[in-house]
Amino acid sequence: MQISRLVRAFSLALLFEFGTAAMAEAPGDPKAVKQDDKGKYLDAKGDPTFNIKPDGAVDWYTYSGNRRYGDCYVCHGPGGEGSSYAPSLKDSLKRLNYAEFYGIVVGGKQDLGAGQNKVMPAFGDNKNVMCYIDDIYVYLRAVSVGALGREKPEKHEAKPPSAAEAEKACIGEDN
Amino acid sequence: MRKFLLLSCVGAAALLANGATFANDELIQLSKDPKQWVMPTGDYANHRFSKLDQINSDNVRRLVPVWTFSTGVLRGHEGGPLVIGNVMYISTPFPNIVYALDLNHDGKIIWKYEPKQDPNVIPVMCCDTVTRGVAYGAGKIFLYQADTTLVALKAETGAVVWSVKNGDPSKGETGTSAPQVVKDKILVGISGGEFGVRGSLTAYDLKTGKKVWRGYSMGPDSDTLIDPARTTSLGKPVGPDSGTNTWKGDQWKIGGGTTWGWYAFDPELNLVYYGSGNPSTWNPKQRPGDNRWSMTVWARDADTGVAKWVYQMTPHDEWDYDGVNEMILTNQEMRKVLVHFDRNGFGYTIDRETGEPLVAEKYDPAVNWATKVDLDKNSKTYGRPLGVKKYSTEQNGEDVNTQGICPAALGSKDEQPAAYSPDTGLFYIPTNHVCMDYEPFHVSYTAGQPYVGATLSMYPPPGEPNMGNFTAWDAKTGKIVWQKKELFSVWSGALATAGNLVFYGTLEGYLKAVDARTGDELYMFKTPSGIIGNVSTYEHNGKQYVAVLSGVGGWAGIGLAAGLTKPTEGLGAVGGYAALSNYTALGGQLTVFALPPSF
Repeated sequence: MQISRLVRAFSLALLFEFGTAAMAEAPGDPKAVKQDDKGKYLDAKGDPTFNIKPDGAVDWYTYSGNRRYGDCYVCHGPGGEGSSYAPSLKDSLKRLNYAEFYGIVVGGKQDLGAGQNKVMPAFGDNKNVMCYIDDIYVYLRAVSVGALGREKPEKHEAKPPSAAEAEKACIGEDN
Repeated sequence: MRKFLLLSCVGAAALLANGATFANDELIQLSKDPKQWVMPTGDYANHRFSKLDQINSDNVRRLVPVWTFSTGVLRGHEGGPLVIGNVMYISTPFPNIVYALDLNHDGKIIWKYEPKQDPNVIPVMCCDTVTRGVAYGAGKIFLYQADTTLVALKAETGAVVWSVKNGDPSKGETGTSAPQVVKDKILVGISGGEFGVRGSLTAYDLKTGKKVWRGYSMGPDSDTLIDPARTTSLGKPVGPDSGTNTWKGDQWKIGGGTTWGWYAFDPELNLVYYGSGNPSTWNPKQRPGDNRWSMTVWARDADTGVAKWVYQMTPHDEWDYDGVNEMILTNQEMRKVLVHFDRNGFGYTIDRETGEPLVAEKYDPAVNWATKVDLDKNSKTYGRPLGVKKYSTEQNGEDVNTQGICPAALGSKDEQPAAYSPDTGLFYIPTNHVCMDYEPFHVSYTAGQPYVGATLSMYPPPGEPNMGNFTAWDAKTGKIVWQKKELFSVWSGALATAGNLVFYGTLEGYLKAVDARTGDELYMFKTPSGIIGNVSTYEHNGKQYVAVLSGVGGWAGIGLAAGLTKPTEGLGAVGGYAALSNYTALGGQLTVFALPPSF
């Protein structure tokens, strides 16, 4: 728990560093303009984004994000559409940019009172989430702009070897 | 209340003189009084049947809501009220407020108990912040909190008598089940199968809150309270270490098999019956072996917790078909049996003395992951379900999307309890009619974090318009007698009465009454929010009442709120995804119904 508190503090500091401009700034045009060395697509701001070919094939990270979204599904429902108590991420990601999304996932969120008591956990020390946070982000980003529906994308790019390496390094040796 | 206490004191003296345990006989006697509803399951046999017949199939169409109570909490309201004498007791989702309501004064609040709990327990509750109710025994009300605190409150005042912590939320352990008073003990389960929690059933002393015994679902025999030579499975002793020898290495320590369902008790056999949940993780490739004793029907001695017999319904689970649903105790001819409608879609009839499975039939024809359960005693696969390779997430493997599995992980029925009517001999089952695609993937374990490892898509069986059925079932033959289609899963507990009625609630919020023999719909009323609570009935001042909690949530509120993943083709004008959020929003209310004054 100690680690997640540090991470939470760090992410809050990060948000403050970016200043109020970052809080207000919407995600921007999701069009992919370049790729990084791990095969991840980036938008004009340099934030991760999705890339969908004309035949419907999604990039590896979007495909991966749809699966890794499973840890979010248990509260946020199928396809990020929301549940009786957790917001629709399809809507939230229209408004939250990458930095804000990252901060909330890492540090969690509390919304107590008014009979509801909504609490999102801090996933900062959960490798099943943090090693795939960009994957989850680009998948939800695609959903939020309507580029993807609820159904699981079937066609996808092959997994870049650099992505596999990065994943291994992140997850480490586990059961 | 005073007269009741006086009577019970006199009763107690007589019983103690006989050497019997007070709370045991007190509750058995009280549960025979149809005017009251004294334990979460109605009675120890889990029948959810009432002898009251003032409201019956001739007059139920005139039923009206007569008083209501807002709980002040918005989230999924599972479970239902207790009625002891002239007082009704209700518990709410987190923060788990307990109210004692005065039935003599339209539900005026006699006392209210609101525990202080760390809200950080909320995110480790997988399927909403529900609780399934409080228990009563020996003048105390027992609340099992989300943070696993078990607290005993004086029934008259709500004052804390004792308090004990059963688990550790920082490891993902939480409390959602209703406790059950059995003899001089109170039993509690534990939740957290999606967090790598090792399940257990624990008994605390009713008077002092001291731990008496704890039986784990897996681990060494000293943990599981299994006697290698005497505890049997399918008629044979299980032998030593049966709770570890079907696990790889130390995986049993985060094995799952949680115990958040309902607990039945047979006072003559002195056995407690319940089921254990899914093994942890949802990715079967990560936990080779049968994973005993997850997915198991347990029969434990009420005094010592030692298991008399076990029966594992879904060895090496590949679909999250928790075995925690209620065990309904009945007699079949001269045989003492239990009937259990499992998540996996099979309705089991099991000899409850020996653990021998007698009947195992699909209570929803859409079930396809197995063809049947092998009941041939001479077969190598005796007692095991015969799986269909196409739907095996283990055989298809990690990172492969196994498609078209029925039922979905929420099962043909989840915790919402069925009812049994001795008048009709039928079981009334609130069911889900949903299928899924399921793709396992590798996950790593961190204490207190989700340990799931699969992604799901859910949808109704192809071409079918409904996601739920309310089903009348004959357990002797294993056949459906009648079925009522419902748009959404039927997620409420059923109630059967001697008035030839069966009651249940729908996710849109309707309380419905149907003819127990024919299934004809006789009454419905739309309550303020979707119903995932259990319908119950009681009598006060000579008048019969029916009560149910409304407040959408639970897993239904997660998986169905925004609609399923694929459009429901058969719905036509209603709309592609049939989202529950088009019908209902959050709520938290008790609605009580009765016949109008002229009756």
